[in-house]
Amino acid sequence: MTVKTATGAPARLPGAAAPKKGLWAWLNKRLPVDAFLSASATGYYAPKNFNVWYFFGSLALFVLVMQLVTGIFLTMFYKPGELTSFDSVEYIMREVDFGWLIRYLHSTGASAFFIVVYLHMFRAFLYGSYRAPRELLWLIGMLVYLALMAEAFMGYVLPWGNMSFWGAQVIVNLFGTIPWIGTSLVEWIRGDYGIADAALNRFFALHVAAIPLALLMLVVLHLVALHETGSNNPDGIEIKEKVGPDGKPLDGIPFHPYYTVKDLVGVGVFLVLFALVVFFKPGLGGLFLEAPNFEPANPLSTPEHITPAWYFTPYYAILRAVPDQRMGALLMLLAVVSFLFLPWLDRSPVKSMRYRGWISRTALALFAVSFVALGYLGMQPAEGLYVMLARIFAAIYFAFFLLMPFYSRIDAVKPVPERVTYHAH
Amino acid sequence: MADHAVVADDEVDLSRRKFLTRATIATGAVGTVFAAVPFIESWSPSERARAQGAPTELDLSKLEPGQMTITVWRKSPVYVVRRTPDMLARIAGHDELLKDPKSDKSEQPPYARNPLRSRSAEVLVLIGTCTHLGCLPKQRFSAGELSAGWPGGFFCPCHGSRFDLAGRVFDGSPASTNLRVPPYSYPNARTLLIGADEKGVA
Repeated sequence: MTVKTATGAPARLPGAAAPKKGLWAWLNKRLPVDAFLSASATGYYAPKNFNVWYFFGSLALFVLVMQLVTGIFLTMFYKPGELTSFDSVEYIMREVDFGWLIRYLHSTGASAFFIVVYLHMFRAFLYGSYRAPRELLWLIGMLVYLALMAEAFMGYVLPWGNMSFWGAQVIVNLFGTIPWIGTSLVEWIRGDYGIADAALNRFFALHVAAIPLALLMLVVLHLVALHETGSNNPDGIEIKEKVGPDGKPLDGIPFHPYYTVKDLVGVGVFLVLFALVVFFKPGLGGLFLEAPNFEPANPLSTPEHITPAWYFTPYYAILRAVPDQRMGALLMLLAVVSFLFLPWLDRSPVKSMRYRGWISRTALALFAVSFVALGYLGMQPAEGLYVMLARIFAAIYFAFFLLMPFYSRIDAVKPVPERVTYHAH
Repeated sequence: MADHAVVADDEVDLSRRKFLTRATIATGAVGTVFAAVPFIESWSPSERARAQGAPTELDLSKLEPGQMTITVWRKSPVYVVRRTPDMLARIAGHDELLKDPKSDKSEQPPYARNPLRSRSAEVLVLIGTCTHLGCLPKQRFSAGELSAGWPGGFFCPCHGSRFDLAGRVFDGSPASTNLRVPPYSYPNARTLLIGADEKGVA
């Protein structure tokens, strides 16, 4: 679509690149570089009222790239195998030049990935970003989250420390609770009568090739879906509904250069915090790297208490809160998949928390507190008060989802503005 | 008519076209399923893994009364306990506190489906992985060791499952079945063979 000026000459659309000559023109005739950049960056309009919550999407992408790069370098020195895994990780840590740095970037990156993804998801809860027309965007995002969980679990097994081994044992045995096929399914996953070489090698293949490929494809789909619907914003209103005479949203600004520059600041702040952990506290007091994982896997000695990495502990607490194992595994699964139904559970007439009443706000606050509390309880031994508290918080967790169709409908809402709330700086 | 066929809409046999499309999809789907078989099968335990899962022997003459030894069969620890008369006495009398006192829902060979869960009263043979999620239960054999009234047994440190001296699970444990008993036999009076019995190798 070309806009004609009064003189009849085609005007350049704002954000579109000037016509190029020479090599650039040659290239563009064969590969739509300019068209792609204009559609996805300089001509892609994002709401102008993004706040700090909108840093985490681009940060997740940044961490993904960092994990891919550090991961590729780790595979150059790591040797999967019962007898070699643990030693090769020690070799990386002690003898490969800067091996310690590459590994700590990767291990800290795994935790950082979950931190930014959880904040990214919370943003969607806050502003209703999962609501129509972005249901599919949310579902693809959830698939990214599930793939990320599988990727993190298998990556955790690879150093073949004692917590790697017992973590794998517990998680793989979860499949044994499936009626009828459970036992043979577990044997099939392990490829042996116990967690051993076979399991370690297939987890390696999945961790370095299969799941990263799936992750990349899902992230591309997530971005394609995002660019189709456009970003939501803190006011939860559609900027596409208010367009200027040029057909561009009045409340939108081109992603590049405005948000690329903003996101660079986010990356800078993130890297400062990230470097603090990598260089001063890479284990973060047992939270990012657990002490039992510094001794080799031992099938005849269980660590004092087995806990998964912190990003799984909310679900782990739910698993342990139930006295019946099949029911526990089922509820744990339900806790993860509940997120998928969010777009259809939320019946509020408005999207953003800014214009919702106290019921929705209280529900979200209780949910957030429960998630964090379950995360803490999942790291504690499963006894006495801890189990009791885990049951209470698990009940709140599920009530948040199950009761949402009712409380989101009856909750009072405030009028939503026509245009986004924006104060020039 | 031009010599290359231009078919008018009403000349297209739609039902034939639909049938061919469906037949192609169906054939492709069947082929995909068959092609997937070798890949799926490749994950089953290999010949080597199966060979290494052969039966294991244990010399019982070195096991003192009240003692437990751990041996390995099929990558799982196997607990072998020589129970004293006192320990055997502590197995009775708490059936109402157990989830599966008669071992109806639990996994064991028929000869171990009795209150003592063993072939001979003295020797207890159990797979030493918790039936909850596979951790190793620890031995807490003394009466009262875990709590007042504790009759002695096993305690899983991971999620707190408790079992008695026959490996039967107590109520309130996350595990829902008793500790598993592997197939075993006594080729002679002092030897225990784990993984094989009269019915052959497991």
